[in-house]
Amino acid sequence: MISAPDVVAFTREEELEDELCSEPPLPEEYSVPLLPFASHGANPWAKVASSKFTRDFILISEFSEQVGPQPLLTIPDDAKVSGTFDLNYFSLRIMSVDYQASFVGHPPGSAYPKLNFVEDSKVVLGDSKEGAFAYVHHLTLYDLEARGFVRPFCMAYISADEHKIMQQFQELSAEFSKASECLKTGNRKAFANELEKKLKDLDYTRTVLHNETEIQKKANDKGYYTTQAIEKANELASVEKSIIEHQDLLKQIRSYPYRKLKESDFHPYEPECALDPANAGCDQDLATSDLAEPGETHLYAHVPSYTPKLIKAKSAKCFDKKLKTLEELCDIYFFSQTLDQLHQIERTFRGDVCYLLTDQISRALLKQQSVTNFLFEDVSFLDEKPPEKRYRGCQGLSQDAIDGKCSEESPAPKVVISLGSYKSSVECVPIKMEQEIEDSQEPKMTDSVTFEHQENLDYLDADIKGSISSGESIEVLGTEKSASGLTKSESQASLPVSPSPQAGRSKVGSRRTVSEDSIEVLSTCPSESLIPEDFKASYPSAINEEPYVDDEEGGLRFTPKLNPDNADEQEDVSKRENLVQVDSACCIGKESPNFLEPVPDLGQKPCDEDGVVRIPPQPYRPAEQGLRGSFGGFPSHDGVSGGLLPYELDSRYLTGNREVSKSSLDECSDSTSYISSAASTCSDRTPSPAHPACLASERHKKKAGQNALRFIRQYPFAHPAIYSLLSGRTLIVLGEEEAIVKKLVTALSIFVPNCGVYAKPVKHWVTSPLHVVDFQKWKLIGLQRMVSPAGVNVLHALSRYSRYVSILDADSKTLRCPLYKGTLVSRLADHRTQIKRGSTYYLHVQSILTQLCSKAFLFTFCHHLHLPISEREPEESVVNRRMNFLKLQLGLANEDIKIVQYLAELLKLQYIQEPGQGVNPLLRFDYVPSFLYKI
Amino acid sequence: MLRWLIGGGREPQGLAEKSSVQTIGEEQIQNPYTELLVLKGHQDIVRFLVQIDDCRFASAGDDGIIFLWNAQTGEKLFELHGHTHKITAIAPFSSSDASEEKKHLILTASADRTVIVWDCSSGRQVQKVSCFHSTVKCLTVLQRLDVWLSGGSDLCVWNRKLDLLCKTSHLTDAGISALVELPKNCVAAAVGKELNLTFVTGSHVGELIVWDALDWTKQASECNFWDSSVHPDAQPEIKLSQSPNETSVQHLTFDEECVFAAVGKGIYVYNLQMKRVIACQRTAHDSSVLHIEKVPNRQLISCSEDGSVRIWELREKQQLPAEPVPTGFFNMWGFGRANKQANQAAKKMQENTPMYFLELVGDLIGHSSAVQMFLYFGELGLATCSADHLIILWKDGERESRLRSLTLFQKLAQNGDLQLKF
Repeated sequence: MISAPDVVAFTREEELEDELCSEPPLPEEYSVPLLPFASHGANPWAKVASSKFTRDFILISEFSEQVGPQPLLTIPDDAKVSGTFDLNYFSLRIMSVDYQASFVGHPPGSAYPKLNFVEDSKVVLGDSKEGAFAYVHHLTLYDLEARGFVRPFCMAYISADEHKIMQQFQELSAEFSKASECLKTGNRKAFANELEKKLKDLDYTRTVLHNETEIQKKANDKGYYTTQAIEKANELASVEKSIIEHQDLLKQIRSYPYRKLKESDFHPYEPECALDPANAGCDQDLATSDLAEPGETHLYAHVPSYTPKLIKAKSAKCFDKKLKTLEELCDIYFFSQTLDQLHQIERTFRGDVCYLLTDQISRALLKQQSVTNFLFEDVSFLDEKPPEKRYRGCQGLSQDAIDGKCSEESPAPKVVISLGSYKSSVECVPIKMEQEIEDSQEPKMTDSVTFEHQENLDYLDADIKGSISSGESIEVLGTEKSASGLTKSESQASLPVSPSPQAGRSKVGSRRTVSEDSIEVLSTCPSESLIPEDFKASYPSAINEEPYVDDEEGGLRFTPKLNPDNADEQEDVSKRENLVQVDSACCIGKESPNFLEPVPDLGQKPCDEDGVVRIPPQPYRPAEQGLRGSFGGFPSHDGVSGGLLPYELDSRYLTGNREVSKSSLDECSDSTSYISSAASTCSDRTPSPAHPACLASERHKKKAGQNALRFIRQYPFAHPAIYSLLSGRTLIVLGEEEAIVKKLVTALSIFVPNCGVYAKPVKHWVTSPLHVVDFQKWKLIGLQRMVSPAGVNVLHALSRYSRYVSILDADSKTLRCPLYKGTLVSRLADHRTQIKRGSTYYLHVQSILTQLCSKAFLFTFCHHLHLPISEREPEESVVNRRMNFLKLQLGLANEDIKIVQYLAELLKLQYIQEPGQGVNPLLRFDYVPSFLYKI
Repeated sequence: MLRWLIGGGREPQGLAEKSSVQTIGEEQIQNPYTELLVLKGHQDIVRFLVQIDDCRFASAGDDGIIFLWNAQTGEKLFELHGHTHKITAIAPFSSSDASEEKKHLILTASADRTVIVWDCSSGRQVQKVSCFHSTVKCLTVLQRLDVWLSGGSDLCVWNRKLDLLCKTSHLTDAGISALVELPKNCVAAAVGKELNLTFVTGSHVGELIVWDALDWTKQASECNFWDSSVHPDAQPEIKLSQSPNETSVQHLTFDEECVFAAVGKGIYVYNLQMKRVIACQRTAHDSSVLHIEKVPNRQLISCSEDGSVRIWELREKQQLPAEPVPTGFFNMWGFGRANKQANQAAKKMQENTPMYFLELVGDLIGHSSAVQMFLYFGELGLATCSADHLIILWKDGERESRLRSLTLFQKLAQNGDLQLKF
């Protein structure tokens, strides 16, 4: 929502500081990292000039035992991408920082060669001269003909933007781990096949040799052996030995999955979906996993008909023959899977880091609104996997790290984030201005904010602060021990956008480093050739765990604020049955005036003694699909009781475990942000699953936004039309030309609330007469007007059901629908809006709709608004209370109430829906007169 | 509306003005039904709806399938297959045994000349009777006697165990098309014969009155039927002067003081005490009224071939008699022999008794074809069935919304989310 292209990049903060003073600060998760070169007057959107390639790409290189480091392929496979960038040189550089423990061969004291199952290593590497920064993922593949049976490879994500690499390290690492695991699985399979073939060859050779020896023995009865016979015997012996060796190797490679499975941190490559048996409907993926799992065990045994051939006992020297290509090294199925995944990664991470970050943040936040997000969000986004699965596929976590995570994760992320001011329109994007100093534990609140809409200025938001200790400088590692330095660079990876998702990520990241991964940042500066001793993989953790951030700086914190006195008071209030009092007690703490001011520095004072009760009478569902809704930040209209206050819920209060609560929020937000990027790649079979809707819908959104903007400017009666859609009255776009109608439908579709988690209730083009069932199913319909008898039928049906529909006639430019006198839609669709771009307008709409959702959420889940407090309470007083709440607390006027009521009905239906059953489609309507609007 | 759509810009409501049928605008304050649920399942005309208990009902129609529905949720409970032809009659038959649990059965008769007894709680076929010579056109259950009657070309009486108790002789070649239970262990049977629809009222003791429905003259009335005129369900005689083809009594219903008759397109209210029509709506619908029912609050619901359901309220007129009962259309409602006296008496009374009229308070438009029947479920709403294969449940939106809130908070409590956790 924030990454609107219309937003002006902020590079200076001084000019706007004054304006800010009077404003409550914006939550930090909305802030965008400040351009580091701002002081030099650089254009923040400009590409980094020094790089020789045009866009990010993935490079796969090999350290060939014959020719040394060489690039194998790039993704995308396009010469233009790498441009003049020297791939050979860069391959050399990335292959020279391989810290895998690749000791293979005859270990001392062992008779046979041992395969070494090494973990991948992950390295961040920078080359400022080339303007290239890379995430490098090293892995080892087995090759029977290679020296020591291993071939070192690496996959690198190369970008000109070092921030991207640093900030997305976690995601990149996870994604590449998955791809690597896929490749390695395929390789093991191919290797085992290779071994079996070799064994057959050897077996055959042995038989032949044996026969020959026998023949010789018989032919020669002199009682002594000829040299020829001795030679044969020796050869036979070496073949025998070779057989044993190879059998041993085969045993080793076959035992790999079992051996690794015993270590709990091993997750064999398999699609994420399959890990969750409850996750039905993933037959495809299940099939994949079936292939993958038994494939390891059974498929090895199954060897296609292979005619063994006579081979020399001593294999040829390496340099004599051509080495296998990467493709030959890996089972073809898994190879193509890997390539798909890599393409996926490339697609996921392309673009400016700011887009990635804001996208991740908004996804993470949206994820938490599990109750309301189905209304206006992309269907595809909601289909993504639950966050529990995120550690799957992450390799090489040490045991205790896993344990720690499990214990933290087990109560499931269940924290209510105060999402405050969701309402800010795109123009109000706060951009964090501070260049924070490394040691400033307490960030100053000097965020520069600009507002264009005065009515949006009501941020009643808890200021969320996280521990931020970041700077711009990339850490340069010398020969020093890496531990301390890396902690910094790691925390720096959490970048200035600290709080919710990011803060979490940094923590997880640092914990991850306990594993055998070595994470480092190298510069190309003079010391480049130095490879510290302690980077050897035998040193399991290159980085010390970042000390636990203590309470004072513990990221996003929620204070309990449950004050017993006030709780009592609340009860009293509810007993009194005083209408007004009940109103406020219902959802709002009592000292309303307080709420007009932002609660200062929540994070710093967890036990704020201002005595404000912020525990609503109906708390929220902490379970997994719980009500992690968004609260707070409602506009105060006419100063009535200051709107709603943000609910500050302590995470402890929800999880019931202090230890857990410390970081559960971080975990939660991290997981969500991780998932949002990771989930896209986990559906392996689909060729282009990269947020399938996301990429495709990006264009759609833009188009829809553009069309909607045009509609609003063109039609003076846009407001009642949009009101119809928002209040659940089916809008029919009637016209002769399909293109025009479809365009209008596309434009208006962004205002249609979803009725369930299924497709949008939009039908673009219908030619047959409509029926009451259609109004149940579709909320926006494009209808063909025909000048034929059939057309008359269509119109007859329409006039018959006119009470259920609003009709927009695209040909005569008229609209027939109920009157709208509310204020909400005018903010949503202002025909004088300054927004020019479709995508920006789309975001604007989304933000207002999200705000609307939170109102509906609040309305739906306030018990006393719908049900009597006591048995004796008459229904009228409940109705009164409800209307008071809608009008005064939510600040809704006239028809706006109906919008919220409709959304609330949808929320209720969605919530009470039993799993497995679809929502019973029902049609709600009002008997209200319609009016005819003309241009 | 239509003209506006076709003409593309002119003012709506052209057609409505021309029609003499009373219409109501889009603003219907008194209409409680603001939510609808479409129940799909049938593949042909749905003709019958019967209530099984407080929240269940069965539907049947020309596709020979019987569906059991939950009237609250619209959930399809059972799908009963057994008949090979269309269903011609359906009747609920619940056991009256106080000792055991109340068992709900339904009887269905079909054009395949069978009657099947179904168990509503299991959805299974209990028994099947297939010894009929002709299609059973109507079924009636006499709850007190624990017997049921089937009417086709002859009238049979069965007990619960499906033993044939008695059987009438072959009535006519037309057969019985309707049976009404009357007090004193009487039943009324309507015998239809082509266009010549006749009313037969009969009883166990053999009294029989035949009324010709076409001209409403008594054809045979040799009995002491009218001695029992205290009971409210006396079949009134209606004299019609208009062309008989256009009018026929489609449906009758009654309460303590009035009989409501759907005649042609109109609705008539006949007061038993005053012995005359107190209110009428000659063209209540665009097409024949198929079913009417009295609901509380002096309201009346009617459905019609024109696909609409209308809600009427019986209201007292302010001035006397603003709209006298039309004489051209039909003369009088009266009782058999006392016909003329009653007629005159009624005319006198007319001057000093308040007149009523039927006020249209709402209409329900959803079906695209004739609404065959409806079932009033009180608070739960209204179920309508239609020739467009659909059943629509009409509900009070306010109430449903409240119920959903209740469910929601119950679910919240169930999941233990309402407890404060520290």
